[in-house]
Amino acid sequence: MSVTNGNRRNGGPRPGRPVDLSVECGGIRSPNPFWLASGPPTNTAGQVMRAFDMGWGGAVWKTLGDPITNTASRYGAIDYQGRNVAGFNNIELITDRPLDVNLREIAEVKRRYPGHAVVASLMVGSRDEWQDIIRRTEDTGCDGFELNFGCPHGMCERGMGSAVGQEPRVLEEITGWAMEFSSIPVLVKLTPNITDILDPAMAAQRGGASGVSLINTIKSVIRIDHDTFSPIPSVAGQGTSGGYCGPAVKPIALHMVTRLGKAPEFRLPVSAIGGIHTWEDALDFVLMGASSLQVCTAAMHYGFRIVEEMARGLEEWMREKGYARIEEFRGRALPNYEEWGDLDLNYRIVAEIDPATCIGCQLCYAACEDGAHQCIALPAGTRVPRVKPDECVGCNLCQLVCPVEGCITMVEVDNGLPRESWNDRVAKGTAGAGGRH
Amino acid sequence: MTLASDRVETRLPDLKPALTEAQARAEAARCLFCHDAPCVAACPTAIDIPLFIRQIHSANPVGAARTIFEANSLGHSCARVCPVEVLCVGDCVYNHKGEPPIMIGRLQRYATDHVVHAGLQLFEPGSSSGRAIACVGGGPASLACAHELVRLGHRAVVFEKSAWPGGLNTDGVAPYKMQAEESMAEVAWLSEIGIEWRLGVEVGRDVPWLELEREFDAVFLGVGLGGDAPLGIPGEELPGVWGATRLIEAIKTGREVDPASVYAAVVIGGGNTAVDAARELRLLGVPDVRLVYRRGPESMPAYEHEREHAIAEGVGFTWRAVPVAFEGDGRVQSVRLTTVDRGFQPVGVPFSLAADLVAIAAGQGRLVDLLAAIPGAIDHEGGRVRVDPRTGRTSNPRYWAGGDLANGGAEVVNAAAEGKRAARGIHAWLARNGGPE
Repeated sequence: MSVTNGNRRNGGPRPGRPVDLSVECGGIRSPNPFWLASGPPTNTAGQVMRAFDMGWGGAVWKTLGDPITNTASRYGAIDYQGRNVAGFNNIELITDRPLDVNLREIAEVKRRYPGHAVVASLMVGSRDEWQDIIRRTEDTGCDGFELNFGCPHGMCERGMGSAVGQEPRVLEEITGWAMEFSSIPVLVKLTPNITDILDPAMAAQRGGASGVSLINTIKSVIRIDHDTFSPIPSVAGQGTSGGYCGPAVKPIALHMVTRLGKAPEFRLPVSAIGGIHTWEDALDFVLMGASSLQVCTAAMHYGFRIVEEMARGLEEWMREKGYARIEEFRGRALPNYEEWGDLDLNYRIVAEIDPATCIGCQLCYAACEDGAHQCIALPAGTRVPRVKPDECVGCNLCQLVCPVEGCITMVEVDNGLPRESWNDRVAKGTAGAGGRH
Repeated sequence: MTLASDRVETRLPDLKPALTEAQARAEAARCLFCHDAPCVAACPTAIDIPLFIRQIHSANPVGAARTIFEANSLGHSCARVCPVEVLCVGDCVYNHKGEPPIMIGRLQRYATDHVVHAGLQLFEPGSSSGRAIACVGGGPASLACAHELVRLGHRAVVFEKSAWPGGLNTDGVAPYKMQAEESMAEVAWLSEIGIEWRLGVEVGRDVPWLELEREFDAVFLGVGLGGDAPLGIPGEELPGVWGATRLIEAIKTGREVDPASVYAAVVIGGGNTAVDAARELRLLGVPDVRLVYRRGPESMPAYEHEREHAIAEGVGFTWRAVPVAFEGDGRVQSVRLTTVDRGFQPVGVPFSLAADLVAIAAGQGRLVDLLAAIPGAIDHEGGRVRVDPRTGRTSNPRYWAGGDLANGGAEVVNAAAEGKRAARGIHAWLARNGGPE
């Protein structure tokens, strides 16, 4: 029986099926996987309801706790190649509104949008405070909690936020309190400002959490004003470290989601956060096992309507691939993720330049000559570079820097050698220095 | 010296207006930063274009201007008047990609405007050599030569027979590319380094060549071409019949031409001067402007992009026709023409075109008499001075030459390159203490 038939029998890919984007993450259900992450876009009922009207499936409310005072300014951004906000940082803290106002608004949103996921992000200190805020917030009818153990600025100095997320023992203990007091699902939001994300994730699991959400922002200094010498964002000429997010952090977040997806001992669902701007970013996280997706910077940059592109893009891809439900392909790329030591060292590819589409910029030459392995030549009388196939190491840097889509392809070379990884060589006792990195 | 503020040229628009900072940085971001970039190879002054564009992109317009001026001291006017379509922009690799090439000229203008309009001086005179060089002719070649000489530590004195400096940059460039004031601003900015001017002084008439040779260690000839060549046909002396460069000079420097009184204009010629004159008249509001050329469009020496602009602006063309007489009662009223075959022999029936203004762009004379008046022989070919291609030196050991006088009529950028080349040649010769090559 072919794989295709097997898949069909099991409800696998079949183009043309109606697409259902609804998901469930740690017991929290939503009509689509796109949630607004806890942050400025989820500060008020007005914002959240408008977002739901525009198509967001859920929202994690701006963190509740003891109202704080914020600074002006609060945000910094990196512009890259003429596009602004490629990377974004902030020193804004949790909600600055009274708890009872927030709770009243959460209840109102939940009453008007019963089918959408409304998750309350929480951050307080003592066991009593956790008990109190969980009890009061649960009364709003919200669908779950997210424990903010990730905020890297302002709150950690008060023993909260990433101060908790960086201490697995404390994280586990507080998660345990939350589980004790809560009758609804609890997600633990993790900080990336640690060595191995698995440590706090396992602590959350031991504490009994329903799931984890990651990543919170990355500790950062985004840039310095070259006239005033103040770090940005500048508060009366002074600045401080803030949380980094936006498109630039997506690969870091994807790595951490992958790390959890590959760890057999970790079994909790994951709500993925970090630089999601398009449906393709979103899909990457789902393919690495995420059950729901949280977005903040993109909504802050372009407004709520970006969800339309994300949802439609994902739907279109699912239609094309024949998937009816997200669960059918969630984690689909995880089996293809291997540790370096298990990759095939005998696999060979070489670059091929299509002279018909080459525009002669010679960026591939410069990149290979200066930044890689000197495998591209510049023949006289033409601006089209030539790959030296016997010397090309198949690194694909040339393909990455080429500005013409499809001009440089990496072509498989059959060298007749069987698959052999570094670990295979170690096992056979034939490993030399060639595999170290 | 200031020119009248209500010169006719001021009624013409700037067809390639300045880019805003945002526009410039966005355009700069598109540049691929080619290896061994074709745009640099296409520039007669070999400006490091990818570098200055990258400097614009990284918010360093002063650095960008420095890169430009290091290669070409006339980078400010070249940004406006260069036929970039057939030079740098024409060779941009984007042309092979089916995408608009980088707007190199306008980016260059952005950088040089930033420095010249702010009056920032980027260069200093070299330590004094005690030597002095006379630069004869106040146009781009002499200016580039003088600027380089002063940077190398020599005294440079420019002799210009007209009342204003800048040569064709001031009185010959199409006003929709650059107006006289911009040229004069460039001259003033460049001269601040220490270039001395003798305006209204014609060497050979007001100052004998021998006196120049006594006072100066070397002489640079940058006198350009002679006046408009006449056709030698009846009626050429009628009021309303102009030499094309004279007409353009009048438009650029004063109020002598009244476009509102012209209903029909005929321009004779097929070169860039003819097209410039026709476009200027048309853009000044002359309803009927017709260019008459003795060959077909495929043989027109004018740049194709200039002809396309002329067509788009409503200039008419009459191909394979030559004027045989200008007719009119007291002033020109019509042009008598005949169609010609490929051997320029009359064919068909003669015809007339109404014209209350005629511009003759049949080339310019050569300054053979001027050359003959110089003591000691200067080799030339019909007025085009022969120079050593490495040093710009003429057959007379005390004389160097560059610009239209030596290249027979080319672009400002060629004059800039040749003026600088001669300065280096003179400097090397002086360094050898005036010894033999």
